[in-house]
Amino acid sequence: MSDKGVVEIHNLHVSIGDEPILKGINLTMKKGEIHALMGRNGSGKSTLAKVLMGHPEYEVTDGTVTLGGEDLLALQPWERARLGVFLSFQYPQSVPGLQVGNFLRKSVSAIRAENTPKARDFRKELKDCMELLSVDKKFLGRYVNDGFSGGEKKRLEILQLMLLKPQLAILDETDSGLDIDALRTVATGINSSVGNAACLIITHYQRILEHVNPTYVHVIADGKIVSSGGPELALKLEDKGYEWLEQGASA
Amino acid sequence: MSSDARDAVGDYKAGWHDPEQATVRFNAGLTEQVVRDISELKGEPEWMTDIRVKAYHHFMARPMPTWGSTELLNSIDFDKICYFLRSGDGTKGDWDEVPEDIKNTFDRLGIPDAEKKWLGGVTAQYESETIYHSIREDLESQGVIFLDMDAGLREYPEIVKKHFCSIIPYQDNKFSALNTAVWSGGSFLYVPKGVHVELPVQAYFRINAENMGQFERTLIVAEEGSSVSYIEGCSAPTYSTDSLHSAVVELIAMPGASIRYTTIQNWSNNVYNLVTKRGVAHENSTIEWVDANVGSKLTMKYPAIILKGEGAHGEVISVAYSGEGMHQDAGAKVHHLASNTTSKILSKSISKDGGRGSYRGMVTVSKKADNCKVNVVCDALILDENSRSDTYPTMEIKNSSCRCEHEASVSKVSDDQIFYLMSRGHSEDEALALIVNGFFEPFVRELPMEYAVELNKLMALEMEGSIG
Repeated sequence: MSDKGVVEIHNLHVSIGDEPILKGINLTMKKGEIHALMGRNGSGKSTLAKVLMGHPEYEVTDGTVTLGGEDLLALQPWERARLGVFLSFQYPQSVPGLQVGNFLRKSVSAIRAENTPKARDFRKELKDCMELLSVDKKFLGRYVNDGFSGGEKKRLEILQLMLLKPQLAILDETDSGLDIDALRTVATGINSSVGNAACLIITHYQRILEHVNPTYVHVIADGKIVSSGGPELALKLEDKGYEWLEQGASA
Repeated sequence: MSSDARDAVGDYKAGWHDPEQATVRFNAGLTEQVVRDISELKGEPEWMTDIRVKAYHHFMARPMPTWGSTELLNSIDFDKICYFLRSGDGTKGDWDEVPEDIKNTFDRLGIPDAEKKWLGGVTAQYESETIYHSIREDLESQGVIFLDMDAGLREYPEIVKKHFCSIIPYQDNKFSALNTAVWSGGSFLYVPKGVHVELPVQAYFRINAENMGQFERTLIVAEEGSSVSYIEGCSAPTYSTDSLHSAVVELIAMPGASIRYTTIQNWSNNVYNLVTKRGVAHENSTIEWVDANVGSKLTMKYPAIILKGEGAHGEVISVAYSGEGMHQDAGAKVHHLASNTTSKILSKSISKDGGRGSYRGMVTVSKKADNCKVNVVCDALILDENSRSDTYPTMEIKNSSCRCEHEASVSKVSDDQIFYLMSRGHSEDEALALIVNGFFEPFVRELPMEYAVELNKLMALEMEGSIG
């Protein structure tokens, strides 16, 4: 199938209550591509991430989203996850009493289904991923995100990214709140996973793009993509801010 | 969260009933004559008849408690309840001799199966009396006595007389008076000095008839340096009218002894469950109450420990689940009377569909008890907007050397939490199960594996697609 692993977002309109947030997003992403989505607070970046995952709070009023030709919008969040959509949350939720190791095993089993590795192979895979992310073994016995530091939460998100092997990886402000060492580690994890996925990195800052090389950079303002380009666009934003683009959008 | 996902938690599975097969059934209502008749029918010694009659008069004179759920308490119609009902013809030592319907009931509850696999002894009570009893020969040969309470009184009257009402006098409260007046069945467990009972012993209490009152009476004595783990399970059919379960349990842990008392109560929502449980822990002994309360119309139960001897340790670990039409008013009491005593209380409650969970706890440390440690944690999880959780902790610390910790939390399952788990491939039901399971995890960890599995099933947490 020619559209295998291709994500097509077409004319996507989304509201929360009566308020429109996304006003016609168009974006095509292919396997192996990294798309950076940048924009100010309130521009609709995180809304796009949650809508792609299927958050019930948002209403899609128009447009289509397909992954490998399948209508994503018709699916429940867990069905999207099983199809290959992954969201690294900006604010991962804690689940007291649920051990990380148990959670990872259950999630891998739910998502990788018949391709779930045997217990022994899984342990090996887990160990390798944890080493890459400099995560201690004790991590597995802790409760999911319960009492985690910001950096630990983001590492757990990327650990899940590596184990769940999605076709579409959405990283919502994964870089925020990380010191430079943690950022580098997390970027290593991202780079190891993106070869087989289309990757959408949502960020405020150019900083993470020094470690993860984007194929494309898009700027979102007031619910629309107002500019797209190569990595040089991110540098220009860092230099000049968003204003010049937004003026262009409203003109 | 969908209502389906919430409904999947806590559906009542033990609500069937058998045709009633009473060989003796007393008329409904309570009089002194009923009390005397029960005693006479059982051929009891005079001292027991006397204490029953005294307790009856105390019950009649004693006003209803003015705390807990007074509205529900005052709606109990004591005249409609049957105070004694005998099914079958005595306690059997072989399941094949138990009347078939009754045996089928216990089969469905999985008791004979559990007995074969992992229990040291079993008693099964149906309505007012025990219909089955067994104990492993090796325990018997070490002098362990495990009988129903009626048989205990017949065969070991001197031990029973010494301890009966010694921990919980009939004047303690209205329902301990009621139990003392009309008690029937329950367990008598005696562990001689230095004997360690490795496998748990279990009693199962089943109410079958409508408007039934079940008043079992349990006494456990662990002599010096001995240890035992006792497990009780309870269930009843679902009727539109109410039943009353009002037990009294007394534990005595002699110096260096250890008693763990585990309860898994799974009552239908027409049962009033008003139970008094208390243990006395002597020097360096341990008493643990592990208490799961699922269902019932109203439960009022506060397992208590009196830390009487120096170095004694007490724990009360409980979970409560309140669904539609249920009120769990549960908690714990610990009294530190001696120095270097330690206690831990962990209470977890879940309420949903308008259910109400209350934690009511009391910890006291007396003036002369030095260097005591107290740790209290109570957590509540509320699954929807209609449900309610309250906490009523009381602490009276009269000795300044006490180290005391108290934590309480109330949390709600949020849509974001569910969404997070759904984004990892878990359906809404599975997501809720992961959260509820996690909440109970510190409790489930304390249960024998078989019971942990049972509790999980009971909470309907074994949902499709989840793996161990």
